[in-house]
Amino acid sequence: MSNPFQIVVCGSIVPDPLQTLEPVMGPGGPSLKNEMMLPAVLDPWAGHALFEAAHLAQQIAGSKVWLVSLGPKAKLQQVMMTVAQKVPFELVALDGPSSGFCDSFETAAVLAAAIAGIPGIDHERVLLFGGWESASRGAGSTLQMVGERLGIVEQFQGVDRITVRGDGSFEILERIEGGRHQVSVCAGPPAVLGWATGHLPEPRNNPQVGMVNMRTVMPSLQRAKASPVPNTGLCFGAVNLPKQQRATRIVKDLAAEEIAREIVAWIGEE
Amino acid sequence: MIERPIVDVDIACVGFGPATAGFLTTLSRHLMNPDGTPAIESPANPGLPLQVACYERADDIAFGVSGVVTRARGIRATLPDLDPGRIPMATSITEERIVYLLDPGTASRRSATLRAADRVVRLLGLARDHAVELPYVPAFLQKHGGLVLSLGQFMQHIGSELMMSGTVQLWPGTPVESAIVDDMEERVCGIRLCDQGVDRAGNPQADFMPGMDIRAALTVVGDGPVGAVGRQLDVDFGLPDGHHQREWAVGMKMVVDLPAGTTLQPGTVFHTFGYPEPEIFGFFYVHPDRIATVGIFVPSWFASPMRTSYRYLQHFMLHPYLWRHLEGGKLRSWGAKSLQESGKRGEPLLVGNGFARVGEGSGSTNVLTGSGVDEAWTTGTQLADSVLELLRQGKPFTRENLEATYVARRRASWVEQEGRIAEKSRDGFHRGVIPGLLGMALAGLTNGKYSVGGEPRILPSVAQYYGRRIPVGELNRILSDCRAKGTACHDALMDRCGWPAIPYDGQLLVSQQDALLIGGKVQAPPGYADHVRFVYTDFCERCVSKMCIEMCSGQALTPGPDSIPVFDREKCVHCGACLWNCVAPLEDDPLRSNIAFRAGAGGLHSGEN
Repeated sequence: MSNPFQIVVCGSIVPDPLQTLEPVMGPGGPSLKNEMMLPAVLDPWAGHALFEAAHLAQQIAGSKVWLVSLGPKAKLQQVMMTVAQKVPFELVALDGPSSGFCDSFETAAVLAAAIAGIPGIDHERVLLFGGWESASRGAGSTLQMVGERLGIVEQFQGVDRITVRGDGSFEILERIEGGRHQVSVCAGPPAVLGWATGHLPEPRNNPQVGMVNMRTVMPSLQRAKASPVPNTGLCFGAVNLPKQQRATRIVKDLAAEEIAREIVAWIGEE
Repeated sequence: MIERPIVDVDIACVGFGPATAGFLTTLSRHLMNPDGTPAIESPANPGLPLQVACYERADDIAFGVSGVVTRARGIRATLPDLDPGRIPMATSITEERIVYLLDPGTASRRSATLRAADRVVRLLGLARDHAVELPYVPAFLQKHGGLVLSLGQFMQHIGSELMMSGTVQLWPGTPVESAIVDDMEERVCGIRLCDQGVDRAGNPQADFMPGMDIRAALTVVGDGPVGAVGRQLDVDFGLPDGHHQREWAVGMKMVVDLPAGTTLQPGTVFHTFGYPEPEIFGFFYVHPDRIATVGIFVPSWFASPMRTSYRYLQHFMLHPYLWRHLEGGKLRSWGAKSLQESGKRGEPLLVGNGFARVGEGSGSTNVLTGSGVDEAWTTGTQLADSVLELLRQGKPFTRENLEATYVARRRASWVEQEGRIAEKSRDGFHRGVIPGLLGMALAGLTNGKYSVGGEPRILPSVAQYYGRRIPVGELNRILSDCRAKGTACHDALMDRCGWPAIPYDGQLLVSQQDALLIGGKVQAPPGYADHVRFVYTDFCERCVSKMCIEMCSGQALTPGPDSIPVFDREKCVHCGACLWNCVAPLEDDPLRSNIAFRAGAGGLHSGEN
């Protein structure tokens, strides 16, 4: 049977994707309008990684999950009260920006340093999990760079499933073009797995899990180090919203066939 | 069989609203010594500090809804150093106006007296933009020096401070199904969280997870006017003699980005009355950064069998007096909630063995001054002071001990004194708008000594209400057409009665479903049962007006087969309007309606309301 894993999940908060987001340019660079007022959630991609990590840890006795989160402490704390009810993990909180306009290179440096500093972490047992993309850091490059800084060369992106074999190796399904998967086999940790959606549903809120997690979450938040992310040398030429998706019209007495034709035509314009 | 998990805490709170926030803020300051040792040891978990857990239905602690214009006396007493500049959307009130809105068209349903008064006002040239600004704001309505707040942002601020203290636990996304009541001892022993992994009717499915039992020496019930636990206690223990909860309102609001170049200053507050219907009160207040909140209250004494909120809110915004400020604005957030407008006379049993009630659901809202958040907060702080007193004295949370501490503090406070002044102030509205306004003025100016009396009347039927405007055959055709299409009827009826069409602009004037989408979006996590259910479906079959559908803030209730409404949990904002707009009282308890509004998960996602 496999040796236990040390699964480190990189995941931070993003403005609730249900909200209407509007980029604005300020003196300090671009930001989202009213970002601190918007409700925040755990980045959905990182969420998949966390749930997969917890599922894997449950299968392999002795495994442990850390969630390394870089974000404004007050917002992190608020989101953790919900996330902590989902699955068991130990939080490593870093008090810094979670903006989508942070330099992924600098962000990776901060995260890698925090992971390397986790007491008891064994590089050879590490599985580094995260979202293959992020709802806010859409460059999709942070996790790779964290892995590189930690010297982890086995990297997989767009992962939908990991299956651990009896000899400790694991089989990984990675998304590739055409809706298909590439199957890889990795001899063992350390490895980086950037998750797509995985295959697990979002776990239910379980207050029992939450109360156990809180024993480490609150102290971690209280001692969270200020972790600035310098955007040295980074400049933005322009920031734009994706093309408008909502186009409401009030139309009376339109036949269902006509509505369907309009929708198909609208999709065709994209 | 999956065993129901059990956890022991010392104090369990139901709902995280202003009252519970006041309670936890006050309590949390006294739970730890400066050296980090527990100031009060947990009886439930010896060796640990007092274990206090608060469970909130919404997915975030910032998803409350309120139009907060407050004197903030109680809030400032607890937080003397409160700096509005640290809370987004908060500012001091700088200017207040009371405005009478005339009907710019002809559709508003005004009495002959009111129409005559309107004509006089116009003839005398007193109206500008179809409105009259009253020359002064009566002292009992003044909030000058107080605060304009976004409840969501305020709760987020307070919640963050509480969580950072590490002394209390806040659990959002955790609806409480019921109080655990020991019938033998007439004692509340804690709370039960909602089951998960069930179908819409609550039947366990393959991934069933029974809701946890949280056993607690004290259960603090602050789940608001439509909260499942508060209403359960009202049924189990009854209301005090002479008390009733039969006056309600829906408050619906939008948070708006005002157009560039607006002349409105932060802290400006308008209170309005007179339009879109004389019974509907409105509010408009300005936050920093060119943001405004605009909304209406649609009360239960608005005797229309087709009353609604969203369409009226749009007509309110389009009134020339307000539209001159709103035109070109953009919707940021939208929300709705029920208000318990019985105030002091709706006060339930404040305490019992093992439980205490705080906030709006405990009858703290002042219906004369239109203030609820500060009063709710204050009741929470009063309970916290009382709990600390009992804990330090080693006394149990019995009814007697809680009466001698919490109830005594509350009775001696301004919340009680002003609540008594307000107690009968709105009774006149049951006779009509003018008697109602006179009653408010009388009660306010005489400190409640005088008022205008009135009792709720039976709502007119749809045919009676529209009889003069729409021939009965056409009326029936409109009703049947709308129901066949699966829509509410109020839009078609208002159109027919001359209300102008809403000129949708896709920014601020949007369809009701777009308001849900743009204004916050609704989430309904899977695995929970429907929280809106119909007790006896044959009552629904016979119901003609189906006011639950008309008044539903999110269009979550629509006409269904066999005349039974269909509930769509993914559109429900948990405002609770269906609960008190159901016109089919239960035979064994006429104060309860045919709608069971249970505990449920999810709701609106907006932190700005």
